[in-house]
Amino acid sequence: MVPLSGYLTLSAILFTIGVIGVIIKRNPIVVFMCIELMLNAVNLTFLAFARYHPAPLAHDLAGRTEVYLAGQMYVVFVMAVAAAEVAVGLGIIMAIFRLRKKVDVDDMNILRG
Amino acid sequence: MDLNAVLAHPFWGALIRIIIALGFLLSIVPFLIWWERRLLSWMQDRIGPSRVGPFGLLQTICDGVKLFFKEEIQPRGVDRFVWMIAPGIALFPAMTAYATIPWGPNLQLTPVANVNIGVLYVLAISSLGVYGIVLGGWASNNKYSLLGGLRSSAQLISYELAMGFSLGTVIIAAGSLELPKIVASQLEPFWGSVPWLHNWFILTPWGFIGGMIFLVSMVAETNRTPFDLPEAESELIAGFHTEYSSMKFAVFFMGEYAMMLVFSALFTVLFLGGWSPLPVNLTYLADHTSVAWLAGLLRFLESSWIAGFWFIGKLVGGISFYIWLRATLPRLRYDQLMALGWKGLMPLAILNLAAVSIWIAFGIVPGLIAAVAITVLFLLVTMGGLKKFEARSVTLLDEAVPLR
Amino acid sequence: MTSDLFVFWTLAVISVFTGVAVIATKSAIRSALALVVNFFILAMFYFLLGSQLLGIVQIFVYLGAIMVLFLFCIMLLRVGHAEQLTETGGLKLAGAGALSFAFLALLMSQVLEPVSRTANLPDPQSVHAGVSTVEAVGAGLFTRWAFPFEVTSVLLLVGIVGSILLAKRRV
Repeated sequence: MVPLSGYLTLSAILFTIGVIGVIIKRNPIVVFMCIELMLNAVNLTFLAFARYHPAPLAHDLAGRTEVYLAGQMYVVFVMAVAAAEVAVGLGIIMAIFRLRKKVDVDDMNILRG
Repeated sequence: MDLNAVLAHPFWGALIRIIIALGFLLSIVPFLIWWERRLLSWMQDRIGPSRVGPFGLLQTICDGVKLFFKEEIQPRGVDRFVWMIAPGIALFPAMTAYATIPWGPNLQLTPVANVNIGVLYVLAISSLGVYGIVLGGWASNNKYSLLGGLRSSAQLISYELAMGFSLGTVIIAAGSLELPKIVASQLEPFWGSVPWLHNWFILTPWGFIGGMIFLVSMVAETNRTPFDLPEAESELIAGFHTEYSSMKFAVFFMGEYAMMLVFSALFTVLFLGGWSPLPVNLTYLADHTSVAWLAGLLRFLESSWIAGFWFIGKLVGGISFYIWLRATLPRLRYDQLMALGWKGLMPLAILNLAAVSIWIAFGIVPGLIAAVAITVLFLLVTMGGLKKFEARSVTLLDEAVPLR
Repeated sequence: MTSDLFVFWTLAVISVFTGVAVIATKSAIRSALALVVNFFILAMFYFLLGSQLLGIVQIFVYLGAIMVLFLFCIMLLRVGHAEQLTETGGLKLAGAGALSFAFLALLMSQVLEPVSRTANLPDPQSVHAGVSTVEAVGAGLFTRWAFPFEVTSVLLLVGIVGSILLAKRRV
């Protein structure tokens, strides 16, 4: 059986890769992708804990059995938030590109339109 | 060792199922291409390929051999790695999505894996098909290919939504995501009351609307005419596969046809009652007829022995529908494509989801009223938009900037 | 080595490799491609962890929509090629590496040690038998998690309106 620490280590490594990417990349889209990678690493942790330390928090519709879903629910919401975030974030990048015709992160240091 | 034991074996049974599904998929694609060329010729009053083999059946195999031995041309400045793997990525989802399609009632033979999230699985995997096109278009280092890839990605995202909502109607009606269970729920009495008819979902009001939405979206997802903007010969010179030649082109081509096959199969399973030959319940008729040979014939027609043939027949019907569309309709303009997807299909699909929910929750009469009301409402709202749609000319928002 | 351990390690190696590829490649398209593979492997992990629904939703949402959107933007803004937007200098890289490894070490030392000390982990097979189906998740969304579910829908609506406002030239 795969130990829980295996999943946690993998998740930590992926999260760190995402952090490095956010620090060193200058292409805003790649920075964005690294943020997505971090979110996914966190999702993996949620699901691993949902599997190994299930918390009985709800009943199914008929009230028959207890459902251990807290971790999975978190992942559902994280995915929804990530989707909204990507839509708005890429919209912002497109708007910046239309204004300035270039998208280098290091050039985006003037706080005016 | 008898056959049933082999089929029930976890490894050998799976291997046999994979061989059946993949063998069918790979062996039928050449004949589909032949059928497309032949049918298209008939529709256009031509003869089509007729020289090689009987009725020209071996023409596609000859073409395949020719493509295999052709010199491969790789333009300067391509992204080698991405360029190499793009055709493979285009073929992968078709093959994988095919794994959950059941052809007949015998579950030991046909779906390679009867997963409990069947519909979602097929939808998710088939949405990966766009990667081959987008990456191929980008890696070719050609502005036409790039435009083809761009168009393809936008088109796929737009029509995926409408397709998902139309699948939602089927899922709500059948109460399951498993494809064999969805077929089984279509073999029940018609509208829950007429026992001598099957409840094919296409024969219900919400199922009809959902089926039509699915039909349009599946043509858009496979990039076929009238939605073939990513490869538009007259503007983009074959778009994403302009630079591909030899076997890579052949693999792209095969991926497209395999994807058409998958979507036809999905349409058959979800709306056309899967492997049942007719909407009429033949077994019920056989039980109520006094003529012995007729009863035997009817029972045979609906038996599991020839269920697969009915299924394949419906598949060929779906493919023929694609070809018919290609022979009939002109290509859409890009803004028309987007308007149809977002302003036409999406709202209709959402309203349709409401209709099926009312049908399931409150019964048939409120369901019928809701379906009619929703259709009328939708038509009233879109008719106003449609007039504008017809008369509108496109104004360029910005000066055209040449792509580097 | 049991079969699930073998699967886990294979997937983990691919996952870390593609994760590194996301930040190591110069071309943004290749980064996106590596991330696509990475998300696909993560979906496989979700399957391993017994939540088939979330695995398939991962493929559907991330690979089918979000990454396609990323590729669309990269191609539209023409920032996909290698020569554009390369990183500055090795100093930043070294600093980032050192910082991140310190971060990783902190994370691992704080989390892994207590986790490995926890004895008597429940057998996942028995706990999760037949639970993480579509039915269970759906029931959860409409009963106990109904409020966050509705709030999320509002958030998505705000996201739609916001991105349209940003993308439109004239409002």
